[in-house]
Amino acid sequence: MSSATETAPARPATLAHQFESHEQQSLAAALGMWAFLVQEVMFFGGLFTVYLVYRTLHPAAFLEGSAHLPVDLGTLNTAVLIGSSLTMALAVRCGQLARGKSAAFFIAATMALALVFLGVKSVEYGHKWHDALVPGLRWAPSPEADPHLNLFYALYFVMTGCHALHMLVGLVLMVFVARKAWRGGYTSANNVGLECLGLYWHFVDLVWIFLFPLLYLLGRHGPHP
Amino acid sequence: MSRPSTSAHGHVLPLWVYFAVFLALLGGTLLTSWVATIDLGRMNDLVALAIAGTKAALVILYFMHVRYGTKLIWIFSLAGFVWLVIFFVLIMADYETRLPVAGWGG
Repeated sequence: MSSATETAPARPATLAHQFESHEQQSLAAALGMWAFLVQEVMFFGGLFTVYLVYRTLHPAAFLEGSAHLPVDLGTLNTAVLIGSSLTMALAVRCGQLARGKSAAFFIAATMALALVFLGVKSVEYGHKWHDALVPGLRWAPSPEADPHLNLFYALYFVMTGCHALHMLVGLVLMVFVARKAWRGGYTSANNVGLECLGLYWHFVDLVWIFLFPLLYLLGRHGPHP
Repeated sequence: MSRPSTSAHGHVLPLWVYFAVFLALLGGTLLTSWVATIDLGRMNDLVALAIAGTKAALVILYFMHVRYGTKLIWIFSLAGFVWLVIFFVLIMADYETRLPVAGWGG
């Protein structure tokens, strides 16, 4: 009877030693990524809870603050981010089919759309800075403004800022994953890194799907212009 | 649940699924922007959240492949949102039932 080391088939270099198969490895990675994303849900959930509580306590301030946000730019950015989710989903699909160069191309498209989003976002931040609606740094709202308007804008900057920070992290990760994809580092059996990046990016999209109506759309009707 | 599978173990969805989800998400975005111009009172929030929830479900089920995931993935992905709702309900049960205290504003 020969020893195990002699009869064991050659192990693919892409399969970590603790896993029996690539399938098991992929499932473990997806599950781990979801555990991380649930933690992210709790992180943003805390911010959404602050939003919920303060909006319940000061509804007029939130309506007024929301009425100052540019709905057209917000809608545009929502569409841009959804587009980036599509290109990321297509990149993951290319990875599944071992089309590394196409995957890299779609990641590059995702990065371009992410940069468009951040560009529009910085234009919006610039307007708020110009209008002196940045709590703590440059805050001089009109005298008739609701005394709790700062709560809305503080939440606006923290929530969109944390979201933008997540996008920046995603952009950095995309550089590495795109490089690996371009060099053929992902096969149809092993594309764990690409799949996890996809999950992360779609989560960033998810957060924005809720931020957009809660921040931009409150004041479109009602007493404020 | 059918698995549109082609590769060794993955779940390669046909391209049209991604484009259909993309168009649905765009439609939902325009719809929620438009509905917000109509004054529905308290219903505005519910409609906006219903649209956002539908969009989120599409992203989770198709872009994030949860629909074709294992039961463990279903449990993990659902757990976060279920616990978040519990969190919201308990927090608001507190804030909505507090009695005003003398000397405190608001």
